[in-house]
Amino acid sequence: MIARENILARIGKARGPGAAVDVDMAIRRRQRGPIPAMEKDLVKLFSERAVKLASDVAQAGTVTEVPGLIARYLRERDLPMKGVSWPAMAPFGWRDAGIEIEARAARGDDLVGVTGAFLGIAETGTLMLLSGARTPATVSLLPETHIAVIEAGRIVATMEQAWDRLRVERGALPRAVNFISGPSRTADIEQTVTLGAHGPYRVLIIIVG
Amino acid sequence: MQVTAMHFKRKAGENLCNEKLQKALEKLQTKFVDGRAAAIAELPNFEEVRDAATDIRDKVIRNLDRYLLRFEQEATARGAVVHWAETGDEVNRIVAEIAHQHGLHKAVKSKSMVSEECGLNDALESQGLDVLETDLGEYILQLAHEPPSHIVAPVVHKSKEEIADLFEEKHHRTRTTQIAELCREAREVLRPGFLSADLGISGANFIIAETGSVLIVTNEGNGRLATTLPRVHVAITGIEKVVPTLEDVTTLLRLLPRSATGQSITNYVSVLTGTKEKGESDGPEHFHIILLDNGRSKLLGTELQPMLRCIRCGACMNHCPVYQNIGGHAYGWVYPGPMGSVLTPSFAGLENALDLPNASTFCGECAVVCPVKIPLPDLLRHLRTRQVEQRLRPWPERAALRLWSWMAQRPAVYALGTRLAARLLRAFSGSAQRFHYLPGVTGWTSGRDMPAPAGRTFRDLYNSRRSS
Repeated sequence: MIARENILARIGKARGPGAAVDVDMAIRRRQRGPIPAMEKDLVKLFSERAVKLASDVAQAGTVTEVPGLIARYLRERDLPMKGVSWPAMAPFGWRDAGIEIEARAARGDDLVGVTGAFLGIAETGTLMLLSGARTPATVSLLPETHIAVIEAGRIVATMEQAWDRLRVERGALPRAVNFISGPSRTADIEQTVTLGAHGPYRVLIIIVG
Repeated sequence: MQVTAMHFKRKAGENLCNEKLQKALEKLQTKFVDGRAAAIAELPNFEEVRDAATDIRDKVIRNLDRYLLRFEQEATARGAVVHWAETGDEVNRIVAEIAHQHGLHKAVKSKSMVSEECGLNDALESQGLDVLETDLGEYILQLAHEPPSHIVAPVVHKSKEEIADLFEEKHHRTRTTQIAELCREAREVLRPGFLSADLGISGANFIIAETGSVLIVTNEGNGRLATTLPRVHVAITGIEKVVPTLEDVTTLLRLLPRSATGQSITNYVSVLTGTKEKGESDGPEHFHIILLDNGRSKLLGTELQPMLRCIRCGACMNHCPVYQNIGGHAYGWVYPGPMGSVLTPSFAGLENALDLPNASTFCGECAVVCPVKIPLPDLLRHLRTRQVEQRLRPWPERAALRLWSWMAQRPAVYALGTRLAARLLRAFSGSAQRFHYLPGVTGWTSGRDMPAPAGRTFRDLYNSRRSS
């Protein structure tokens, strides 16, 4: 604990008396920074930006079309027709579409993971996922293919709006908020971008509605 | 990490002659310089965001203790344990204690420059812990027993052929020089490491006072794996990384990836708060956050205070003509380039890094590209002044500077002196009108000739043109 007192004392001394602001007030104000101007059609913008970051994007009219869309995507790429999903997605008609899905957290050898998303962020084409008992974080991370299903109405313009929605709908932050923008990648070897580092090689986003 | 900045000149010289390194460094231009330019152009209000980001960082630095206390309070309320460390050795001791306390044996690490400051890997390994670097670049360096040469692209100095040799030797697999296959190989080798580790060690790009959260940006996903799978997570970061709110960190996120790698956002941005929740199958049961000072608080209230704004994007080194030519290793500590030339002398002592403040052409590009407007050339100039004041420069240099200063304050003497010098140099330069050798500045003439002055001084020409 000596380190703590010493560090704080040095900082306090450098600042001098009386200069401190009311930090609680400053935090409560939650002032937003400048927001870049952007396209008004959020679904369109989200899709464009997501594709730019190497996600695949598909549209579905209703949730019932989702298993068929996923089956086609997997078949076209010669990917395994089995995987894991968030528990909430267990009732989707997987078997009818010819896919074998287990509703559980992912293990190291699962190859396809299907998740929902809390929100989408149009500014960068980003998915926002919250961790939780019914939304295990490993499903979007360990498999080589990550498929995320999101309702069109859950796409907001900016990360600032996403924080507001999170505060209103959930109150506190979950253990992990994961923003995902495309497949994992690395450019460590000769600055050459390579998709599929430690996480998924590909991400399919299905926008419903 | 051991400071070897005193060998800067020798190492810079060697690196200039290293063809492989020179070839590797050429890649900085397309990926980092052009990439950043394109990403900035896509943000219509870049300058406005940059001003806002600078204000956020300044606001925090002015009230650093208050924001750190608020962070500690919020993080603790969510079940994390916050530790404070004055030095790298203290960090190492704290992590070793955590490992001992929870009975941990196998650590996976996501990239952390602060842990490089501490020399954490060696310290933990000496305590019997297995430590596996999982960022591809850092993993390659761990295999090669080398320090990083760039804070964002640690292995920028190595070619794919060198990496192929290294992998063949260490992995005992068929050699490949295909970059995608090398990446796949590293993934396959590292995946079991993630699955069996009981300790995950990460840095933090930011910590958030409002929520007590640690924010990590990665592209590879190793940061997510290292903080999701092991049962204990230790995040190590510098005390200056705190930001007030989620809104503030969002503003900074518009700049960090763009400035670093030319990305509008990194693949993963993870905001981690507290421990595994009830019923949750993943996530750490214990979350420790270590706040390291290591000389940072000493910068407060000094001319170097703006350096604490730094968000470690690496843009200053990517755009530095010195870094572009000598690479990162010559700088002799964790942080290379202009930001390193300010940080290394401040952290390791001005006397241990005499050449770094001088390793700059003062072209000013670093300040132009810095997303939080750190006046890097001014800070380097300030360090040069301090070196002279503390008599750390050799006496002939100090004497020359004093003579210069005396002359520069006396216009008549200056005019006479320069006119005389120009004529003398011309007279002595011979028919070649160049000098291969000049006494007193042999370091300068050993690599190039000095052309003799053409004849009249600038002031002479100026006066004659004005009167004509």
